[in-house]
Amino acid sequence: MFEASDLNERNRRVERLWRLLFLVMTVLLIVPVVVILSVLIHKGGPVLSIDFLFTEPVQGMTAGGIFPALVGTVWLVTVALLASVPIGVAAALYLSEYAPDNWLTRAINLAIINLAGVPSIVHALFGVGAFVLFFRFGTSILAASLTLAIMTLPVVIVATRESLQAVPQAFREACWNMGATRWQTIRRVVLPNSISGILTGVILEVSRTAGETAPIMFTGAAFFLPFLPQSVYDQTMAMSLHLFVISTQVPGVPEALPFGVALVLISMVLAMNAISIAFRMHLRSKKKW
Amino acid sequence: MASAEAVSDIAIETRQVNLWYGTFQALFDVDLQIPRGRITSMIGPSGCGKTTFLRSVNRINERLGYVRTTGSIEVLGYDIYAPDVELVQVRKRIGMVFQRPNPLPLSIRDNVVFGYRVHSGRRKIPQTELDELVESALRQVLLWDTVKDRLDRQATELSLEEQQKLCIARLLPVKPAVLLMDEPCSALDPKGTEAVEELIWQLRGDYTILIVTHNMAQARRASEECIFMLLGKVVEHAPTDEIFVTPRNQETADYIEGRYG
Repeated sequence: MFEASDLNERNRRVERLWRLLFLVMTVLLIVPVVVILSVLIHKGGPVLSIDFLFTEPVQGMTAGGIFPALVGTVWLVTVALLASVPIGVAAALYLSEYAPDNWLTRAINLAIINLAGVPSIVHALFGVGAFVLFFRFGTSILAASLTLAIMTLPVVIVATRESLQAVPQAFREACWNMGATRWQTIRRVVLPNSISGILTGVILEVSRTAGETAPIMFTGAAFFLPFLPQSVYDQTMAMSLHLFVISTQVPGVPEALPFGVALVLISMVLAMNAISIAFRMHLRSKKKW
Repeated sequence: MASAEAVSDIAIETRQVNLWYGTFQALFDVDLQIPRGRITSMIGPSGCGKTTFLRSVNRINERLGYVRTTGSIEVLGYDIYAPDVELVQVRKRIGMVFQRPNPLPLSIRDNVVFGYRVHSGRRKIPQTELDELVESALRQVLLWDTVKDRLDRQATELSLEEQQKLCIARLLPVKPAVLLMDEPCSALDPKGTEAVEELIWQLRGDYTILIVTHNMAQARRASEECIFMLLGKVVEHAPTDEIFVTPRNQETADYIEGRYG
């Protein structure tokens, strides 16, 4: 009475087939990541050392370390964050907590989504026109960071808005009905409960910003500049551009060198992501509703 | 508050209140006099306008944007729809309790004094003052003995019944005149319902309480006056004992007997 029919058997075979297909696709997805990481570690690992991190490149960038590029990337990312986080968080707060649901708000939301889709090279050209030439910042950290900031603003806004929206509406209702203003509600209830998500978004943005090449190559990153920048008006080397340069533009670079640079860059990004995930888990575990 | 109003027995007086959601009219010529310091329940089938009326007494309806109200609603002698009225003061003096308990994701203590802090501006409130407020509010809602040892725990850890009591307690430190309750027990189990009803009963006298309910037994048990609404109109308003025993209106009688609902 309960034995399998032919139809059951057939369904079971089909089921196995689909399951296998999805599994293969998932594995295919992981393969490139594993391959990239192992090649980088295998080929770039040997050049890594404390000296590599903390000395400047020598002999036409065919030897030496990456210190100016490392410091330059930190500068670029920091200045970009100082510009994009306040603007992005404020914009997200307006859109999520104040903006009425009308055509203007919807148009702004649409614009943000589209801004996220603009190719980075277009941002680069905009950066040259706006910051380097029009505002006369010249090719400088300031111009490059502002270009990066504009490029990453949509990410900050979307991440922030999503964390704000994740705070249950009932909390806002409760506050408003006790006579709290929007700002009191934001400061006392909404922000404390969304700060984990906002910070996660910011950290993810850092990792994205650190790897960008196109937006900075015309606006402030230098080909070769073995000095540390002294202010935001200086040019600087950057990890991403340095990698591009020694991989394609300079003859006679030992094979291991670009891999070493790439390994440092990817480690920075992965470390940032790991911090972001750990942070999110920590804050989530404290949240209860 | 002027002393002339202070002696009046009427807490909420409405004249010719009409309300529209867009083009849909939800309230028709509502004229009510709700007595001060007593519990008045509002009953009627779903969509009869009782919640809409409740929400127009502290003006939260307006937040929807497409709501239009005409007529006047006076609370303690003051027209709350007058142009010089500050909404924050309205919400302070007229507290609201919701169907679903909605404590804030803060400690029990911070929940109780949240409203008080909001209305205290930048003034630094002494700890002793806060402690007194917390104790007195929690005592009034019969919650003090249960939670006094864990005031710093998250309010969201409490049971639903305790959460609802806390939601009532947090209104009290700012000394409201009127408490509006929108089906305050419908998310609770029978035991919780009984406890919260008992609490509401104890609060009468000090506060004017207007309570919307779907539960006719609850209206009967826990209110002194009762308003029956149907299709946006007030059909009958009488002492609870009378309306349930000798309703004057046939529609009221039919609803109370459960012929529609």
